[in-house]
Amino acid sequence: MVVRFDGVAFQRGEALPILADVNLTIESGEIVAVVGRSGAGKTTLLKLVNRLLLPTAGAVIVDGRDTRAWDAIGLRRRIGYVFQDVGLFPHMTVEDNVAIVPRLERWTPERTGARVHELLALVGLDPGSFAARRPHELSGGQRQRVGLARALAANPPVLLMDEPFGALDPVTRLAIRREFKRIHERLHMTVVFVTHDVAEAFALGDRVGIIDDRALIACDTPTAISRSSDPRVRALLETLPSVPVSADARS
Amino acid sequence: MRLLHFWASHRGELASLFVQHATLVVISTSAAIIVGVPMGIVAARAPRAGRWLLGLVNVAQTIPSLALLGFLLPLPIFGGLGTRTALLTLSIYALLPILRTTMTGIQQVDRAVVEAGVAMGMTGRQLLWLVELPLALPSIVGGIRLATVIGIATATIAAAIGAGGLGEYIFRGLSMADTTTILAGAIPSAVFAIAADALLGWAGRRLSTARIATSMALRAGGVAVVMLAIASGVAYARAGRDTIVVGSKNFTEQVILGELVAQRLEHEGLHVDRRLNLGGTFICDRALRAGELDVYVEYTGTAVTAVFHQDVPRDRQLAFARTRELYAPSGVTVGEPLGFNNTFTMFVRGEDARRLGLHTIDDLRPVMSGWTAGFGYEFLQRDDGFPGLAARYGLQFRGTPRAMDLSLIYRALAARQVDVIAGDATSALVAPLDLAPLADNRHYFPPYDAVPVVRTAAMLQHPEMRRALVALAGSVSDAEMRTLNAAVDVEHRDVKAVVREFLGYDGGHE
Repeated sequence: MVVRFDGVAFQRGEALPILADVNLTIESGEIVAVVGRSGAGKTTLLKLVNRLLLPTAGAVIVDGRDTRAWDAIGLRRRIGYVFQDVGLFPHMTVEDNVAIVPRLERWTPERTGARVHELLALVGLDPGSFAARRPHELSGGQRQRVGLARALAANPPVLLMDEPFGALDPVTRLAIRREFKRIHERLHMTVVFVTHDVAEAFALGDRVGIIDDRALIACDTPTAISRSSDPRVRALLETLPSVPVSADARS
Repeated sequence: MRLLHFWASHRGELASLFVQHATLVVISTSAAIIVGVPMGIVAARAPRAGRWLLGLVNVAQTIPSLALLGFLLPLPIFGGLGTRTALLTLSIYALLPILRTTMTGIQQVDRAVVEAGVAMGMTGRQLLWLVELPLALPSIVGGIRLATVIGIATATIAAAIGAGGLGEYIFRGLSMADTTTILAGAIPSAVFAIAADALLGWAGRRLSTARIATSMALRAGGVAVVMLAIASGVAYARAGRDTIVVGSKNFTEQVILGELVAQRLEHEGLHVDRRLNLGGTFICDRALRAGELDVYVEYTGTAVTAVFHQDVPRDRQLAFARTRELYAPSGVTVGEPLGFNNTFTMFVRGEDARRLGLHTIDDLRPVMSGWTAGFGYEFLQRDDGFPGLAARYGLQFRGTPRAMDLSLIYRALAARQVDVIAGDATSALVAPLDLAPLADNRHYFPPYDAVPVVRTAAMLQHPEMRRALVALAGSVSDAEMRTLNAAVDVEHRDVKAVVREFLGYDGGHE
């Protein structure tokens, strides 16, 4: 499923625009990792895709249709969303959390149950010992895995990921990143991934987009980006916390 | 010990009062949940409307309970003497804690969790049922717990409008100044409140750790509450009425007079519903005008001052005529006076009266310079109390009159602490303590003739009522009223039996 930003701008009331004139096409099955400083409008970019926000100018096209023309509820159930602060429902078990969208979509209990077990296994959690636990009984990394399983539950063709691994320790982050790569190779959904960690963007993205000064100033393969002569891209790469050098990027 | 004995001998009554009490609390709290939780949801979603709602409910909370009962009494459908008004009042008081905890419970749900729900494609309703309400549930249960405890305490005032409950004992005890009876009602309601608090606390903890889908439990609970409310609504739906409702205020003399009227009406073959011990003049008057009461006994002086806020003529006939005039426009007929005049009266010791030949207040003048007077606090202060009395009769006692509590004043006179007092003409203690009343020969005190006040419509519908009231006219003298009061207050005899004996119905029919 293709997601396209067509001259998209967004602002709240009379305030300064948060995004201005964003043009970007994310191809089916592609991972685009968008980097930018905190508050650069990365989360806004994601919220425009599943109609949590509507653009004030231009259009966001999902699967050939303007988000304005989509039914919000129907659209959101086709798009998985992994959150910065996970947002697991604290009053529900791991199993119930993962089963939310299938149940909203009125799957049969058998199909839902089978799907939950399949997904927990996919994200590396043993269903037998994790299904009945509650979010507060999980480590940060385990919670992030449940969040990913929940987002994938109804086979969404599009996945939005907002700093999903930001709060994890470096070792866990590396492990879960590899895990995610593996899952993507199997499911091949379209992914928009936003992060302020340039290393992560380079490690995961088929293409890396850079947001600065309210606009998408570049979007290209990691190699091309790291060789960019655009002074704004260079400046951004240098000010960001980690150096864009990693084994994945070089290979 | 006396308390245990009281409970043992009133086992059946205690149990049924407890059931009434619990029913009042359960139904009113359920109604408050049905109204308060949706209000709380609205308030949480629309903060502007929420502030208004909260303000409104807050104001209702500050109205004193007896006043609220009085205001609600004349309402159609929900009002009326008895259970319905009590339920409405209790529901209003239960609303605030439930509304507030629902609102804050929902507002305090983690923003990230709510956003997750929205982003996953939940509709507003799904978000509410699957996320917001379950997470606000511990807070809501806390509010229900608070509302229940408040309800158990407040339900004791239901007795003021004849709705029963453990407050019956408290009001009965207050009117007889009997601590045992007060405690007989107060202690069970306190224990009930503590037990309910503990039970709901335990239920709340169970809920928050329960593994079942809490939203399902909530829905089942909601259905149960609605069914309960409908069932109770049917149960309490107004019963058809071909009976005369007789009321009285909540002190001994009034209860006796209520019973007197009731038995006289029954003697005429009418069905009578007794609503005795209602919480004061205000409640009785509201109930009569709302058609919830058909008759109760009022005093002319009280009617003119407390009900109509006018000055009372000092002449008994004029005061009676004024009372009739004032009631007439509101469809209330005032019957002929029962005979006695429960006004302020000066008393001296019986032996002094006989030895010195004292009959009127004027007779005091030769002896007053050596006598000490004792009066209630209010009587001493008010212009129409002692200062006016002293001016009218030219009284000058030894020293300044002593101020004392009205309940102690009769015993103070008998014990020679004072020599002359002002008290109630019909006090139960007059005969037992051998006190002698002095006639108010200069007509200083306003008259308080006891008169039946009757809904004219009821009297037209039941002509027998008129016969009964005519028979009662002039049938109770001051002395007879004192004897009746003493039979109940001093000898602790049963009101029904005392009245039956007075009317000469003993042995006749049961």
